[in-house]
Amino acid sequence: MEEFLRILTLSVGEILAPTTAAYAMAAIGLNLHFGYTGLLNMGQAGFMLLGAYGFGITLTLGGPIWLALLIAIAAGVVFALILGMPTLQLRGDYLAIVTISAAEIVRWFGRSTLWQEWTGGASGLQGRYYKDPFHALSPLPEGRWALGPLEYINTGSDSWFTRIFAWGLVALVLLFVWLITRSPWGRVLKGIREDEDAVRALGKNVYSYKLQALVIGGAIGALGGVIYAIPLAISPDAMGRTMTFFVWTVLLLGGAATVFGPVLGAVVFFTAYMFMRTGMRAVSENTGVGEFISSTNVEQIGGMLVGITLMCLVIFRPQGILGNKKELAFNVR
Amino acid sequence: MSAEHTATVSTPSDLETVAATPGAAKPNPILVADHVVRRFGGMTAVDVDHLEVQEGVITALIGPNGAGKTTFFNLLTGFDTPNTGQWSFQGRSLTGKGGAAVAKAGVVRTFQLTKALGRLTVLQNMLLASPTNPGEKLGLSWLPFVWKKHEAEATEKAMEILSRFKLDAKASDYAGSLSGGQRKLLEMARALMTDPTMIMLDEPMAGVNPALVQSLLGHVQALRDEGMTVLFVEHDMHAVRHISDWVVVMAEGHIVAEGPPSTVMKDQAVVDAYLGAHHDTDLGDDSLLDPEVLARLEAEEENR
Repeated sequence: MEEFLRILTLSVGEILAPTTAAYAMAAIGLNLHFGYTGLLNMGQAGFMLLGAYGFGITLTLGGPIWLALLIAIAAGVVFALILGMPTLQLRGDYLAIVTISAAEIVRWFGRSTLWQEWTGGASGLQGRYYKDPFHALSPLPEGRWALGPLEYINTGSDSWFTRIFAWGLVALVLLFVWLITRSPWGRVLKGIREDEDAVRALGKNVYSYKLQALVIGGAIGALGGVIYAIPLAISPDAMGRTMTFFVWTVLLLGGAATVFGPVLGAVVFFTAYMFMRTGMRAVSENTGVGEFISSTNVEQIGGMLVGITLMCLVIFRPQGILGNKKELAFNVR
Repeated sequence: MSAEHTATVSTPSDLETVAATPGAAKPNPILVADHVVRRFGGMTAVDVDHLEVQEGVITALIGPNGAGKTTFFNLLTGFDTPNTGQWSFQGRSLTGKGGAAVAKAGVVRTFQLTKALGRLTVLQNMLLASPTNPGEKLGLSWLPFVWKKHEAEATEKAMEILSRFKLDAKASDYAGSLSGGQRKLLEMARALMTDPTMIMLDEPMAGVNPALVQSLLGHVQALRDEGMTVLFVEHDMHAVRHISDWVVVMAEGHIVAEGPPSTVMKDQAVVDAYLGAHHDTDLGDDSLLDPEVLARLEAEEENR
């Protein structure tokens, strides 16, 4: 029973965790790409990694925090422009191919010794180099605070301040995305998602709209990378393809083309993921199941189950939790 | 059609003086194309030497399958790039302009395979077409008070057009739930939202049930009577004969004949290229199902 409560507390803790906020943020960006515009970005982790590097390196070099955030956003914008300008004139599949490989290129450059001085190479950028200026911003008093069973220090890596900053940023971006997607601008994006030739025939510059969507979504992805890096370290290998597919699962679980889908998706996904892994580990350690599934295999099985979930979602509930079934029922493509 | 009820400068009757020859000069051309060539590999799909489209009339572009009609259409509307050639609209060159620029110039097109935006509502489809909406600029989109007024006006106009096409009851339905014929109507209604000078319809009657064809024809004529220039590609000969003021016939990429619908059908080049000797035979005639009759017709065709 005590063990079960511990697992439950850990799972509930994921609701507010900074990592959940980071994935929610990245999924909001991906939602702008895929949910609204129909762009297949298979490299959201690349945007996140660049954002994290931009933020971390600026702070490591002694830059102020606002500049670090601006540089993180700029990194996402530039990456989106580099990827988008040549490929957005082509059919949608090409963007998917280019983004997945570009994200890998970013990761490999990050872990190479080429810019090791700044990126820290394969071992990454330690959090202690860039966290202090961030923690110095905290208005919270010293000490710890508990919300029900959830107790964290006020200021620090895994702290209340990190959570407030992360979710505050998510709320701001969500408001911004809600404002722009409910507008006629958002309607053009949805039109492009349905049929870009039809929109072009009505006199809209489709290429420009797609580029705008890619840039904004990419910048939001970069901010997601910043949130991801704040409580942890920046390690390129943790921000690879797996991360991209987690973001996709989060988005499709919550519901593409909905405002709150990415946030709800992230919360549900990470709570369930934590519950599943800690639960399996407890079962494996304390019961006879351990003979077949050792606790060291739990991570791998967890990863597999995420993949299966993603497949089931796409097949059985493509609109996700919040999505409008009608809006997807007529998808002819 | 008499000339009295139209307020535009040019009327269908102006075409009475035009010679029925390929590439004939028109008194008031709105669209002029020269030496437009499009090759796909070794095959020349379009090779149009000269074409003028008269302003304010309905021009039909007909021809057998593979004649290059749709390719020519795509070239003129910026959805394909020609190997050579130039064309102008209202005296301004449109050569090399993309689809969006052509639409902004006032030439709006529809598609052979209807492109209704399925996961948008019928009304959203219409509003999307409204030109110069300030809310479509990213910088202004998040400030609703900037675009609310334009949006309200556009909605009013959209509902007016929708009611003309008898789609107003469907305004809040997803366009994906409309029938094929209703989608054709929606596409035409959406095109009207852009206030076009010229409207280009790619097979507007294809896949539409006969009852709806009548109303579609009426709508096309109404566009002309409002002063718009209409150019349409069509297979349905009844439709062409019924509503067009001028017919351009393409075969194997070239324009082989031009003329008023009543006489162009009798042109030998047209008969040979497209209609065949049996263009008066009703294909709905049950006697065609009789193998003997079919064999006789085939024999006639071979001996012709």
